Amino acid sequence: MFVSSQERLKSDISAWLDRFGRDRTALMPVLQEIQKKYTHVSPYAMQIIADAVGIHPVEVQSVVSFYAFLDQSPKGRFVIRLCNTISCDMQGKAQVAQQLRNDLGIDFGQTTTDGKFSLDWAACLGMCDQGPALLVNDIIHTRVTAAMVHDILETCRKTFGVYALETKHEEGHA
Amino acid sequence: MIISNFKDNLTFSTIELDVGLKAALAKSRSDLIAELTASQLKGRGGAGFPTGVKWNLAAAAQADVKYVICNADEGEPGTFKDRVLLSDFADLTFEGMTIGGYAIGSKIGIVYLRGEYTYIRPHLDAVLAARRARGLLGKNILGKQGFDFDIDIRMGSGAYVCGEETALIESLEGHRGEPRNRPPFPVDTGFNKMPSVVNNVETFACVASILAKGSAWFKALGTARSAGFKLLSVSGDCKKPGIYEIQLGLSVAKMLAVVGGEDAKAVQIGGASGTCVPRSEFQRTIAFEDVSTGGSVIVFGPDRDMLEVTKNFMEFFVEESCGQCTPCRDGNPKLLGGIELLEQGRCSMRYLNELLALGETMQIASKCGLGQSAPNAFLSIVKHFKGELMGRTHGVH
Repeated sequence: MFVSSQERLKSDISAWLDRFGRDRTALMPVLQEIQKKYTHVSPYAMQIIADAVGIHPVEVQSVVSFYAFLDQSPKGRFVIRLCNTISCDMQGKAQVAQQLRNDLGIDFGQTTTDGKFSLDWAACLGMCDQGPALLVNDIIHTRVTAAMVHDILETCRKTFGVYALETKHEEGHA
Repeated sequence: MIISNFKDNLTFSTIELDVGLKAALAKSRSDLIAELTASQLKGRGGAGFPTGVKWNLAAAAQADVKYVICNADEGEPGTFKDRVLLSDFADLTFEGMTIGGYAIGSKIGIVYLRGEYTYIRPHLDAVLAARRARGLLGKNILGKQGFDFDIDIRMGSGAYVCGEETALIESLEGHRGEPRNRPPFPVDTGFNKMPSVVNNVETFACVASILAKGSAWFKALGTARSAGFKLLSVSGDCKKPGIYEIQLGLSVAKMLAVVGGEDAKAVQIGGASGTCVPRSEFQRTIAFEDVSTGGSVIVFGPDRDMLEVTKNFMEFFVEESCGQCTPCRDGNPKLLGGIELLEQGRCSMRYLNELLALGETMQIASKCGLGQSAPNAFLSIVKHFKGELMGRTHGVH
């Protein structure tokens, strides 16, 4: 049966609210699930949660706007966050940052036009003894060099969209 | 002084699991808290509040529901000991939380794990499931009738300020992570307005260790005012970065000798919110009464530009200030502006002195620990490296 994207979002949120509870303490976990699946929290999603929890939607927006890992506009399928702390600085972060810009064709704070990648800075990732460090969504990469950037991005591309199908196809023949 | 760089050498790896919990359950609640108080354990997250006192207050609070909250929102730049603890010694931390549940009369434990550590979550879920299967969580734990306790994990979403305990509670309640006024303290009015203890990951692991080996053992380590051992996260210009364990009271010079950073010109202790210790003060000790730290140690070699260092820290605070109170929200960008002037070689001594006064105002007038400690790095670096910062020529056009 055809399901509109709004209907799907609504039923997803309803399921998450069942899991985390229908009071305000469920707000963060539910927002985190929405962010993960939909790469942002839309005004429509805010309205649905607000109704369920019994608060004004602007309260939800206020929370979403506060946290670095929650977004109000769509992010890339892969969010790359390079650690911005001094320890990673001292281990060659600037070069990695420049190569990320080069290979993605975007600057920090931007998303590629195909919606695949977003590039951001992160506060300390807790890998100071093995920097420079970056996160690709939830996955941590350490001791990253500028030369490794291309492979990290290719690995992402191969797990998503038409490239993923190609990879599966190749594996099928192998 | 014992010091090591390998997890197998850490004291935590010598602690037998479940021994602490069994010892705790054999005691009465007041005896248990008395044991903890006698160990003189102070909070390992950085603030150094006596754990026994905190638990005693929470235990005395009258309420049907209480919470034991583990602060795993490790965000201080240069700190990674909690990542190692949660990866290698999660059982010990959970054991400490369970002991906390018994001590204060709580049935619910919550781990607030920072979003950046999401990849550790599956491991923690597995450890918790195993503990439930072994009867170490759930109902009538270890056969103790009426003692029920379980632990839930909640994720952060990338806000440094949520490491502040009242901001953490706000976040758990589904609000912006803005620190509350204190008092009331969380031991009285915490999560969902109920009495809550909030302790660092390492503190809980220490609690389990103390119950396993006795308060006298723990108190014998360290100094009179800083009992026990402490994990340090060492990074920067040194030959052997990594996790080290020290007895509190170790001098900075001795620590540098072990990590291979003898030629350092300065060490940042306590992360962005800590202080910068210059070479001339390397005889100072790492302890609550001297240079206090949550564990972050960043070593700066002879060629490191200290202005770059303070700029990096100040950019961090401009980004991470929650914006609630004026000294922190407006003070940090002002200081950053001053650093940029220094970088361009255009800052007068008169203006620099004004910025120093502003920094001191922020220390006094900011609402929470973040704002109060935000100017620390700037103030200490300006104090010790004025010659290096003033009158730069390469930025002047």
